[in-house]
Amino acid sequence: MSLFLIVALPFLGALLPGLMYSAGRQACAGVTFTVTLAAFVGLLTNAPAVLAGEVVTARVDWMPILGLNFNLMLDGLGFFFALLILGIGLLIIAYARSYLAREDNMGEFFTYLLLFQGAMVGIVLSDNILILLIFWELTSLSSFLLIGYWKHLPEGRQGARMALTVTGMGGLAMIGGMLILGQIVGSYDLSVILQNRDLIQESPLYLPALILILLGCFTKSAQFPFHFWLPHAMAAPTPVSAYLHSATMVKAGIFLMARMWPVLSGTPEWFVLVTGAGLITMVLGAVIALFKHDLKALLAFSTVSHLGLITMLLGTGTTFGAMAAMFHVLNHAAFKAALFMSAGIVDHETHTRDIRRLGGLRHLMPITFTIVVLAALSMAGIPFLNGFLSKEMMLEEATHTVLFNSPYLVPVLATVGSLFSAAYCFRLIGHTFLGPKRDDYPAHPHDPGPGLWLPPALLMIPVVVIGVAPFLVQDFVFLVAKSVIGGVADLEVKYIKIWHGLVPALYMSIIAVVGGLILMTLFKPLLKGWEAAPRPEAKTIFEAIIAAAVRLARGIIHPTHDGAFSRYAAIMTGFVSLAGYYAWRTGTVDAPTREMQAAGPVEIAGWLMLVAATGGLVFMHRNRLLALILIGIVGLMVSVGFVFFSAPDLAMTQFTVEVVTIILLLLALNFLPKKTPVESSTLRRARDGVIGVAGGLAAFTMAYYFLMRDFVAPSISEFHLANSYKGGGGTNVVNVILVDFRGFDTFGEIIVLGIAALLIYALTETLLNGPVRARLLNRTPDQPLAGDMHPMMMVVLTRVMMPIILMVGFYIFWRGHNEPGGGFIAGLIVSIAVVMQYMASGFSWAAARQRYPYHGVIGAGVLIAGLCGIGSWFFGKPFLTSDFTYVRIPPFQEFELATAAIFDLGVFLAVVGAVMLSLESFSRLARRAHVKDSEYPMDIDPSRDDAPQGDAVKGGV
Amino acid sequence: MELLVASAIGILTAAGIYLTLRMRTFPVILGISLLTYAVNVFLFASGRLMVGGPPILRDGVAVYSDPLPQALVLTAIVISFGMTAVVVMIGLGAFLGADDDHVDDPKGDDHRAEDAT
Repeated sequence: MSLFLIVALPFLGALLPGLMYSAGRQACAGVTFTVTLAAFVGLLTNAPAVLAGEVVTARVDWMPILGLNFNLMLDGLGFFFALLILGIGLLIIAYARSYLAREDNMGEFFTYLLLFQGAMVGIVLSDNILILLIFWELTSLSSFLLIGYWKHLPEGRQGARMALTVTGMGGLAMIGGMLILGQIVGSYDLSVILQNRDLIQESPLYLPALILILLGCFTKSAQFPFHFWLPHAMAAPTPVSAYLHSATMVKAGIFLMARMWPVLSGTPEWFVLVTGAGLITMVLGAVIALFKHDLKALLAFSTVSHLGLITMLLGTGTTFGAMAAMFHVLNHAAFKAALFMSAGIVDHETHTRDIRRLGGLRHLMPITFTIVVLAALSMAGIPFLNGFLSKEMMLEEATHTVLFNSPYLVPVLATVGSLFSAAYCFRLIGHTFLGPKRDDYPAHPHDPGPGLWLPPALLMIPVVVIGVAPFLVQDFVFLVAKSVIGGVADLEVKYIKIWHGLVPALYMSIIAVVGGLILMTLFKPLLKGWEAAPRPEAKTIFEAIIAAAVRLARGIIHPTHDGAFSRYAAIMTGFVSLAGYYAWRTGTVDAPTREMQAAGPVEIAGWLMLVAATGGLVFMHRNRLLALILIGIVGLMVSVGFVFFSAPDLAMTQFTVEVVTIILLLLALNFLPKKTPVESSTLRRARDGVIGVAGGLAAFTMAYYFLMRDFVAPSISEFHLANSYKGGGGTNVVNVILVDFRGFDTFGEIIVLGIAALLIYALTETLLNGPVRARLLNRTPDQPLAGDMHPMMMVVLTRVMMPIILMVGFYIFWRGHNEPGGGFIAGLIVSIAVVMQYMASGFSWAAARQRYPYHGVIGAGVLIAGLCGIGSWFFGKPFLTSDFTYVRIPPFQEFELATAAIFDLGVFLAVVGAVMLSLESFSRLARRAHVKDSEYPMDIDPSRDDAPQGDAVKGGV
Repeated sequence: MELLVASAIGILTAAGIYLTLRMRTFPVILGISLLTYAVNVFLFASGRLMVGGPPILRDGVAVYSDPLPQALVLTAIVISFGMTAVVVMIGLGAFLGADDDHVDDPKGDDHRAEDAT
């Protein structure tokens, strides 16, 4: 299966659980399982190639100029991690099916889980570090959703937030590190970067890049001092903990360190940072884990400790260390996932995870007991279980590691870590399952159904099989280790054996196990000492830091963002003008290259009218109705300007838009005060005047210099002029650009227009369903109303004109491709025809005669335009490719039929719908309770028999 | 002619900015409309000014005005209608809801309440 498909499957599948939710829990889990299984099988189809040592790749150039290519690769390391992610994912899904309670929304859970799974698979298969970063951030986001899945629990929300903050910050640091790395090498492709070890390590930017990348890895993999988020993430449902903290999320950091191992490792900086952090984490995690009473917290800290172990092994920079690290990733994933799931079972059955309230469960839950014993002993490093093998390797590696010039430091600390590790494993078994049976469990425990115990039980197969017969997996482990090492060195080990002879590592192992048992016997006094000792609480520190950051942000935001919007606008305008001035002063402004065209008296007269209207607007804007008239003049002069400067289409559009805008503003003014009071001081007005003049001068200067110079580079307009008729079949180049060359833009624009209209509709609905409704209904108009609200002359006139205007609209629409016109203008013209009916006979009369809701008209328009675009797919052409032909239907002249006309029809409908929906929404606000909706088109109608005049008088007042 | 158009753009911008800095919603909306005119005319003029050369292909005519800015401005005009309508609706909703058509938040109403949550 293609690598793209393997990565895409979980993402695509993430849509399904939500859709299947109503089909029941079984369907929901089933479809998730199937999707994961498909990806898993797809991965396995690549297994032969990978096992043969090949690297499977899939490449698509996305933005090659930026080095951003969607390249995937599958080598031993990626295959190994993908296998863990998908394989354990399958078990987790099966387990979650039984684990989640009836009131948990399973669709939501599995959607998050699949998103997370896809992001993880994406990380391990990426061959481009930019793509890897995207997936990396996706894991942070999706794990946030998973950890906070139980939204009703404050711990869940806090834990999720903490995880997101810590891993998100690390992710940011890593973006920086990766970009530096890409800059050093000159490529963002991993396969290229991995070939450039010397180049990277000799670069002066190596250390910053290393630190930034390690910050990302350490936060993700919960290494000291960022280990504290992981235990708090335990508020998540157990399947999430089992998945995130055994095989996936926290291993992402490990994966990345392994991935980057060939180019970053082997330097003293890497060794000190990685081994140091790993060692501290391993010991600290193990010590804390021993004294945790919550089963999941114990496991969480043990995970921290084991991650430290793996990190330490990667840090040593030897090939043996890398191999041991990978082997331990495998072993840890197996026993830790099983242990988490078992902890979930115990919680599920006894309704508590507090070890102090448990004990003696071995008779009540024999199956769970068996699983936990095997897994925990493996974790403790008992022979013939898989954990023993990799722990031996770790100890072996530790004896050869010299940190800070001391040959004893690492071995001693490694032994201490192992000792505590063994101790908490014994405590996990002993205090939960052994001992006398109690009669005060919060619930009556017994083994659950196979849905819960089978997934962890299956994991016991690798635990035991690898432990007894390591040679079965040894080739695979070596393969993975080789792809970690890359071409840097050769892997020296030849076999994975249980018995190495009487080597120091064996003695260290024995010390650890015996010491662990001794610690267990001394547990009570030790616990007392531990609880008496002062310990820094990471959560408190974290929250203090967050609170300080919030205070800082507040201190900056509140004084500057105090809701004085006009001040923001003033500052912004002033700043933009200054920036423009600076650019003008420092840039080169060449002499004009164009001749100024002479202006005749008519042009000057037009200009004067525009200026007069604009000036009048500034000085008389307090009379709002007058202001509307003045702005109408401005719009009219702009339209005239468009005609004059050879833009007939623009003029027609501006003119019709002007009409509907004025109607709209009049409708709004109906509710607003009719005067703007004088509130601002003279000083304030003077200040605004200065800012306005400065902005105006800036705009003038820019426009003037712009107009007086020719294009710097040849314009692409020539292409449009040359191809409009040949390629688009139309002589109106503007319209051909709209519906053909840049049809995609227009498609987007009609969608925006439709959204704007729907937004207006939604706002109106909100107003009409809220407290405003009563006020609107009982409103007394502040202006005297006309006695004859629907005058006969107007009604008759608009009715007569309606078909004529529609005809004009039809004509404008059809000629649009070759002459000025088209869907936009025709749509506006037809809207005006319809609006006239509303104005003449009132909203309710017109609305009652409306057959198609305007939402539908917008939708139909967008749909028609979209389908027209999709239609070209069936001819193997890209979206919105147009075609045209000429037909002749007698008695008409020969005319042109273009698919672009269908697109233009969509534009037309969307414009009509959007304009009408906006205006209609405004008119709906104007309805009042005590004014009855008239069922007649006009108030005074001589042809009517009943007594209309009385009604009219009542209705009008 | 260039001077006329450029100065018209400048005057529209100046008046637009002045009105957007007013304290009530209605003049601000008028100011935004004026700015829209200014921007549209500026964009249109970026194709340079030409009299008597509409971009309608004709036999025997070789010089046309620039069609591309015209097409872009055409949609911009229609979209700006939609945006004006939305802004008007928001302003109207705010006025009907609170009986106040000031643009600025009332003094003292800094975000203390929302931070308390």
